[in-house]
Amino acid sequence: MSDALLKVRDLKIGAVVFPPGEKPRELEIVHGVSFDLQRGKVLGLIGESGAGKSTIGLASMAYGRGGVKITGGEVWVNGRDILKSDQREVRALRGGEVSYVSQSAAASFNPAKKIMAQVIEAAVAQKKFSRKDAEQRARCLFAKLGLPDPDTIGERYPHQVSGGQLQRCMTALALCPEPDLVIFDEPTTALDVTTQIEVLMAIKEAIRDTGVAALYITHDLAVVAQVSDYIMVLKTGSLVEYGSVDKIINNPQEEYTKALVSIRSIAHQEQPAAGEAVLSVRDLTTRYKGTKFDVLHGVSMDLYPGQTLAVVGESGSGKSTLARVITGLLPPREGEIQFAGRKLSPDLKARTCEDLRELQMIYQMADVAMNPRHTVGTIIGRPLEFYFGMRGAEQKKRIIELLDEIELGEKFFDRYPAELSGGQKQRLCIARALAAKPKMIICDEITSALDPLVADGILKLLLDLQKIEGVAYLFITHDLATVRAISDTIAVMHQGKVQRYGRKSEVLSPPFDDYTELLLSSVPEMKLGWLEQVIAHRKIGSVGASMFALPDGARIPKLGGTRRCR
Amino acid sequence: MKIIPISALIGLFFTSLYFLIAILAPVVAPYGMAEIVGESWEPSSAEFLLGTDNIGRDLLSRMIYGGRTTIFIATAATFLSFTLGSVLGFFAAVKGGWIDQLLSRLIDLVMSIPTLIFALVVLSVTPATVPVLILVMGLLDSTRVYRLSRAVAVDIVAMDYIESARLRGERTTWIIFHEILPNALSPLVAEMGLRFIFAVLFVSTLSFLGLGVQPPEADWGGIVKENKEGIVYGIPAALIPAFAIATLAISVNLVADWVLNRTTSLKGGRG
Repeated sequence: MSDALLKVRDLKIGAVVFPPGEKPRELEIVHGVSFDLQRGKVLGLIGESGAGKSTIGLASMAYGRGGVKITGGEVWVNGRDILKSDQREVRALRGGEVSYVSQSAAASFNPAKKIMAQVIEAAVAQKKFSRKDAEQRARCLFAKLGLPDPDTIGERYPHQVSGGQLQRCMTALALCPEPDLVIFDEPTTALDVTTQIEVLMAIKEAIRDTGVAALYITHDLAVVAQVSDYIMVLKTGSLVEYGSVDKIINNPQEEYTKALVSIRSIAHQEQPAAGEAVLSVRDLTTRYKGTKFDVLHGVSMDLYPGQTLAVVGESGSGKSTLARVITGLLPPREGEIQFAGRKLSPDLKARTCEDLRELQMIYQMADVAMNPRHTVGTIIGRPLEFYFGMRGAEQKKRIIELLDEIELGEKFFDRYPAELSGGQKQRLCIARALAAKPKMIICDEITSALDPLVADGILKLLLDLQKIEGVAYLFITHDLATVRAISDTIAVMHQGKVQRYGRKSEVLSPPFDDYTELLLSSVPEMKLGWLEQVIAHRKIGSVGASMFALPDGARIPKLGGTRRCR
Repeated sequence: MKIIPISALIGLFFTSLYFLIAILAPVVAPYGMAEIVGESWEPSSAEFLLGTDNIGRDLLSRMIYGGRTTIFIATAATFLSFTLGSVLGFFAAVKGGWIDQLLSRLIDLVMSIPTLIFALVVLSVTPATVPVLILVMGLLDSTRVYRLSRAVAVDIVAMDYIESARLRGERTTWIIFHEILPNALSPLVAEMGLRFIFAVLFVSTLSFLGLGVQPPEADWGGIVKENKEGIVYGIPAALIPAFAIATLAISVNLVADWVLNRTTSLKGGRG
């Protein structure tokens, strides 16, 4: 294996942790990981947060984020051990031989400089190209990556292009100095599904055409299956399983990998609509103060007791705004909300205590949804005290009941939110909402910030609680897999309008409208070659193609690209 | 986190020493505050540890009583400014909109006039008694506390747990005292140390200019004023209160720095 481009041997990485109230101590976060990467191949690193995948990725550039130290092992790039190289050699390596694409392009680009200047910076600084050649190469890469106006897009500032386009610019930035290895660190995680598929395809084509090797880091197995040759599954800093994509996806050996592959196994049978709707929204139209356009246009939907209405859409579709209108934080301009058989006042201040109690909300970011200075007991106890006047022993008994219901138990009573994991925090938020004995809970992207396995646990819990408590959920999400798993009714939102609405079985079966079709087909599936199939299908199918097509002249990937770019 | 750095220990020691002496002034002072016990500007001796002042009062006793006055006024003014400033600041942050605008612009207006000039004008038309001093200093200082607490609270108000409390139907006062205050406490405590020092300096300045504590009451600024002629003759009586002011300021600062260091969430916080 002497010809491997990247050779990692027994890599150990440590970090200093600062547990509250204790002395800082060293902790090993990667325990002796080894792997090889051949030229032109793509290795997918996959694992949950804390698995050490980003840390390993950065260690391949001999870099450790703040407080992180590489404590042992070897990293060989192009036949030399970069952990033993001096600073100058490492500097020549970074941005020259190895480059990096981060998760958030928006946070990585300097907003004060034009895109072109930043894309060619490394290539010029490393003396790989003259400024003119580098610009030529950058324009070529822009075209290859399917960016609109490849000749002039470099003259724009980062805020003047969309998120998906910026992520592709970042890929161009990484590829510009002709590196041997590119590290992609969750490059599509922050993007909408319909954008993700474009970026994914662009990255895949770029990797193929330029022949670089890549480390592709992500938590989404379905995504990594589309772009990688090999997959490495990591868990808490140790290797779980390594193999070809085919082997990992179709024939996983380890329990953990099997769990990752068979994620979203929840099957929820659609219930028939029964009784009077608990929430009934009619022709809601609203706009934010000081703006001149409506973010919701005549939105109507119904939610029945004990059922789940999933509102699905991409960012900017108005789904969170809808939640704000229903909760009363943003009064609608037109339309009305019926809740539990009575008309709900548009303004929060005019709502009765009963209205507030019966309509609870759970947020996406559990860690900012709970006061960090309150204990678990205080957090769950407050609604009990506020709505039911419960105090003392009675309150404590009920809190413990609730803690048992969310599968945490009494021992959490005196803890602070900071001492809990992401999934536990989200469970607490559920308990706090349930404490009010609501008729309906609005769940705003509550599983989006969680690892897939943890999110699965939360969804299962929600369904169980629904059976026990008979509570209805308005479930806002961008994730169609989640929608499939738990909903009874679905509303697909697009640009502030309800694009498609109905029972789950109706909405998810053809014939589709254009947008729903695009959305459904963009969700990565856990099978090999899915990406190619979808793209091929879209290029043929007239409906898909018209939706997928970029602005005129944007997609010119085969413009003799390979020859000119290399 | 439980290890207190040596600088903070020194600061804590001297700060508590000063406060203890101030509280126990009548017990520890060897002579009365305005008692004339010797010649003017006697050098230090076994009888008068720090010598005597310009009209023959024991300087140590005057320093001790002066410290009592200075620290009392500064503490009371700081307390007033914090109560007023933080409550108004939190209120403005929670309410937002025109209430926030009105309060903030009013505060800006007051802040645009230099504090010392403002105080001099006010004190020249009102009798310079201790309550008036505390009131004037407290009100003027509360503008700065308002700025800080509003800034801190605006960050907190954007959090989902505040929205969650609002959706629960909580009242503004509950949100301020239960949701915001615990999270804003550490930056405010750090600021309190600094504000206290500024209050000490401020009251000393006023007394030095003759508009603060009136004789025969003693305070550090006043002692400097009474003995400043002596400096020409090489008599250190005026420098001793100046030294006391400086050491108190430094030791409180050390403590404040330590508190500030612990508040990593605060943007100015280091470490």
